[in-house]
Amino acid sequence: MSDPMIRLRELYVEFNPPGKRIQAVNGVDLTVDRGEVVALIGESGSGKSVTLRAMMRLHPEKTTRYSGALEVAGQDVLGMGGGALSQLRGKRVAMIFQEPLLALDPVYTLGEQIVEAIRRHEPLGRAEARARALQLFERVRIPSPERRLDAYPHEMSGGMRQRAMIALALACNPQVLLADEPTTALDATVQIQILLLLRDLQRELGLSIVFVTHDIGAAAEVADRMAVMYAGRIVEEGPASELLTRPRHPYTRALLGSRDEGALRKGRRLDTIGGAPPDLARLPAGCAFAARCAFADDACRAAVPERRELGARHAAACRRLDELPALLAVRADEALPS
Amino acid sequence: MNPTPQVLPKDRRDLGGPRQPLLIVRDLKKHFPLKKTGFGLRRERLAVRAVDGVSFEILKGETLGVVGESGCGKSTTARLLMQLTAQDSGELVFDGQALGAGLSLREYRRQTQMVFQDSYSSLNPRMTIEDSIAFGPTVHGVSRREALARAHDLLARVGLEPARFAGRYPHELSGGQRQRVNIARALALEPRLIILDESVSALDKSVEAQVLNLLQDLKQDFGLTYLFISHDLGVVRYVSDRVLVMYLGEVVEVGEAEALFERPLHPYTEALLRSMPSTDPLKRTEQAPLAGDPPNPIDPPSGCRFHTRCAYAQPVCAERAPRFHEALPGHAVACLRHEPESGYDRRLIPVQEVAHV
Repeated sequence: MSDPMIRLRELYVEFNPPGKRIQAVNGVDLTVDRGEVVALIGESGSGKSVTLRAMMRLHPEKTTRYSGALEVAGQDVLGMGGGALSQLRGKRVAMIFQEPLLALDPVYTLGEQIVEAIRRHEPLGRAEARARALQLFERVRIPSPERRLDAYPHEMSGGMRQRAMIALALACNPQVLLADEPTTALDATVQIQILLLLRDLQRELGLSIVFVTHDIGAAAEVADRMAVMYAGRIVEEGPASELLTRPRHPYTRALLGSRDEGALRKGRRLDTIGGAPPDLARLPAGCAFAARCAFADDACRAAVPERRELGARHAAACRRLDELPALLAVRADEALPS
Repeated sequence: MNPTPQVLPKDRRDLGGPRQPLLIVRDLKKHFPLKKTGFGLRRERLAVRAVDGVSFEILKGETLGVVGESGCGKSTTARLLMQLTAQDSGELVFDGQALGAGLSLREYRRQTQMVFQDSYSSLNPRMTIEDSIAFGPTVHGVSRREALARAHDLLARVGLEPARFAGRYPHELSGGQRQRVNIARALALEPRLIILDESVSALDKSVEAQVLNLLQDLKQDFGLTYLFISHDLGVVRYVSDRVLVMYLGEVVEVGEAEALFERPLHPYTEALLRSMPSTDPLKRTEQAPLAGDPPNPIDPPSGCRFHTRCAYAQPVCAERAPRFHEALPGHAVACLRHEPESGYDRRLIPVQEVAHV
């Protein structure tokens, strides 16, 4: 495990539509090893999808400014020319999206789309490419795959379309799979099927997967490691079981607290995080969570907290990490009726 | 929230007394005909059987949760209850008065309101939020001044400071704030029943929790009854007193929330519950409880509609439609396994388990 598959160092992504400046990603450090599944979790506007798309440089070139370092499979993505970028996309790194109906081309059959992708990157004949497409459909467990290759996207159900999109993403044997909320639009019964499929494929093919979701449950089903994002920064990251059972950052604690089995007990009020995430066009100077954090003081609002290693690949960015347990205990006492 | 459950003041609009269900739904049906396909003699009259004979009751003061996969008819049922779509057949009885007979549609709509999933498209983008909230009452004959005053009260009640928010337009608010406006608008007519159709599903988890707390408070303060539709089973379990499970346009199970979640009777409910992600990486789901997607509601399977995906199905399930009945006190189900003398052989071990051995 010498070279990580993906390495982000101090990555900033900024959008500059006319007259505006939106700081979507503000200094993200992340490494993903070979064969590792990392989940990026966070609420909408936390920068998780922007980070993911930056890994393939999918943002419009004209209005986006990147800075920092971004390496995928040992190659510098930010410095790549157009040709190298097309070689990277699809061939080494592939992406699946939330809504397959929008991501797939409605006027070509699924078979044609997969054959096109294969022939774009590899010198194969039509028949050979189609044979590979058929294997892919079998691999993602689409029933009667031969017939489905000739189907158009609208003829399939949501779950089948998502499987077909995974097949398309795997067409050229990529090393990295980027998944942007792949199960959010699906029913629970189908979601679990897709999650199990991703897990199996990851094991069989040794893929590195970056999985973006706001659903902690879905992340827990597939991820080895998790990174929690807030306002374009990673506030906490660690091994999935560690992070879920012993969250350290106040935001992670609050986020997980709202999903605890005990928290959803009837008649009990839900613990909420007051307020809303900050406006990315007007980012506060200090910790972005300070405005909603019960434990923030003036120092928190003045400077962005440093990332601190907590051992066993667990890290969090909060100034008051050491004081938190004591502060939480005080709060619990206050909450008790006297 | 008060630690002791407060006794609601007797509602002067309460006609039938506390034991009369607030809404009785009887054999509601809605089929959407498809455009004709094929030529001449081969033409068939096909229809999407979105809601196919649904009957249930909403009790006064309860929260009835509705769950099911997409396409099972949850939202069509909600729209039928709100009378946004006319049913093909079936009847609604609101507090003892049948809609259309004893109760006019206008009066019914005053007492029943709905909050939709998409908070943006359900507000008029050209109206300020105070106007949106005051619009309903003015239609029902309240003076504009009074309606605006009430709108301000309601805004304050849902946690939006009237001085800051009343004059704003929907696009100036966040999703959570807009959903609060929709809730305030639903309350403006002082309804007794509110239909919440995926009302918190589009919100982020931290905002969702705020809105759920608000809904609980409002329910207490205004003596409301909720029909809560959601695909998020965790949330449904939290808010609901009773839960109704739908599959392919039919009700398959109704029961007290805790009983239904702890001991589901219908195999579909069981599979649905087991499909929830575990949130514990050490106890991951190993096998998907249900394979494939729901069948096509244009041509639903014969007999029990779930038999094509059911782990306990026997030949009889394909032939005979189960009767919806009370299998345990307060817990009704439509499954031949729980129906006496249905022809289902309970001694047989499910086929799939035999295959494992």
